Amino acid sequence: MVVQPGQAAEESVSGQILTVKDLTISYGGVPALSGVNLDIRENEIFGIIGPANAGKTSFLKAINRMDMFTAGMGVQGEIRFCGQDVQTLKNVYALRSAIGVVFPLPVGLPMTIYDNVALAPRLRGIKARQDLDVIVERCLERAALWDEVKDRLDSLGSLLSGGQQQRLTIARALSQEPTLLMLDEFSIAVDPVTTMRIEDVLKELRQEMTIILVTNLVQQANRLADRTAFFLQGSCVEVGDTATLFTGGAQDQRTTDYIEGRFG
Amino acid sequence: MFRETALNVRDKKVQGLFRLLFLTMTLLLILPVLVILGMLIYKGGPVLSIDFLFTAPTDGMTAGGVFPALLGTVWLVGVALLVSVPIGIAAAIYLSEYASDNWFTRIINLAIINLAGVPSIVHALFGVGAFVVFFGFGTSILAASLTLAIMTLPVVIVSTRESLMAVPQAFREACWSMGATRWQTIRRVVLPNSVSGILTGVILEVSRTTGETAPIMFTGAVFFTPFLPQGVFDQTMALSLHLFVVATQVPGVPDELPYGVALVLIGMVLLMNSISIAFRMYLRGRKKW
Repeated sequence: MVVQPGQAAEESVSGQILTVKDLTISYGGVPALSGVNLDIRENEIFGIIGPANAGKTSFLKAINRMDMFTAGMGVQGEIRFCGQDVQTLKNVYALRSAIGVVFPLPVGLPMTIYDNVALAPRLRGIKARQDLDVIVERCLERAALWDEVKDRLDSLGSLLSGGQQQRLTIARALSQEPTLLMLDEFSIAVDPVTTMRIEDVLKELRQEMTIILVTNLVQQANRLADRTAFFLQGSCVEVGDTATLFTGGAQDQRTTDYIEGRFG
Repeated sequence: MFRETALNVRDKKVQGLFRLLFLTMTLLLILPVLVILGMLIYKGGPVLSIDFLFTAPTDGMTAGGVFPALLGTVWLVGVALLVSVPIGIAAAIYLSEYASDNWFTRIINLAIINLAGVPSIVHALFGVGAFVVFFGFGTSILAASLTLAIMTLPVVIVSTRESLMAVPQAFREACWSMGATRWQTIRRVVLPNSVSGILTGVILEVSRTTGETAPIMFTGAVFFTPFLPQGVFDQTMALSLHLFVVATQVPGVPDELPYGVALVLIGMVLLMNSISIAFRMYLRGRKKW
């Protein structure tokens, strides 16, 4: 396996887990995101804010090579994850299993709660029931879902409520033991109480992994992110310390305008 | 403001008229079905008995039962399914889960649609040329079943592909993003959630194949044979051909006998259809998303 968290620290420069250089993403030749340069440090929560159509989701897709499944999606430039250029990487499966993804709309797979969380370990070849039991319990606990579902692990994951399904998705992502966790507007279909619970979970997880948090809620980035990038209409306007950006220290007027709710 | 204007009244009349028209058409649709079934049961019902199902025809096919034909149909349909189902499902999985949308897959899709439109008598002649003569299977169950299989392949492919496509793309993407390969995704997420639709399609396929006459009459089914089929290289009688024979080809057949044969044939088809419908209702009841 090429991507190993342990190796990462040695290979990448000064604890950077992801470096992006001159990234351009296009669909059928029409650019959707261009000229992105940024790096993401180990164990930080990196927020990405910006209005719809800014290219945020495309950015995430390019990182874990999901562009392979999107017809017409082209990626130019360089993305290095743990020192490895993801474009030339042959073993994309190892890359994807090192990156947990949480989608905007909760996707509880139509299998039992247990099987949802045990899927990634099973893909890795773990078969023993007691090993899986341990993983399932730990992941559900860390996703703050265990207490609600521990008595019905055999019921269908796709029949949970939206908020529970989203936590199930997070538990599933954690079962991959990811180096990087990417959340794409996870709170869009989730009630405010659950959103706050998930935010608490993320604060805990920061100690063990790096998190990219794409969010449509500017204040969510403010609450959670160490640094924040502002994407607008297919370009990355600026990257800065969240505290600086949110206290009027943005370099670009558009960033300040967006943060203060004057557009978007 | 709420008083009916002349325009309102006219609209209402037109609306009522169209409703009546569509209702009449729907009733016209079920009328033939009811008449056919009624006739068959009325005229063929008295012939039916356990004996009729499990004895061979006697007296130059003017008396006795339908057992060799019934068994032959089971053989023909069974062997045809053994061939068409694995090939059809595999092709459908390829087309739906692996193939990208390019000129090659478009040509394949076009070919499938065209194959579905080929008249069954043309399939029969193809079967004679390919399986009976070229491959040298002779007129046998194997040749007839292969002909049936080729004829039903497009339907298996189309129904399977539709079941696969009914599985939301988000499920696949969630699974891929966890590092699963395409096959792992198919095996763990796509197939378990489409198997009901696939099986329903297969069962409907059985009922269609059961009634086919043209593709088997030159390739493996015979007018009459005193022997029951022992293997795929034997010739056999078949219900559909037997019906044609007793209804038109043999003199002195009592009036009600063809109706009895037809009733057995349609009974088999209806049985298969009801299993399929029951199955679909059962699986829809536990739909998972």
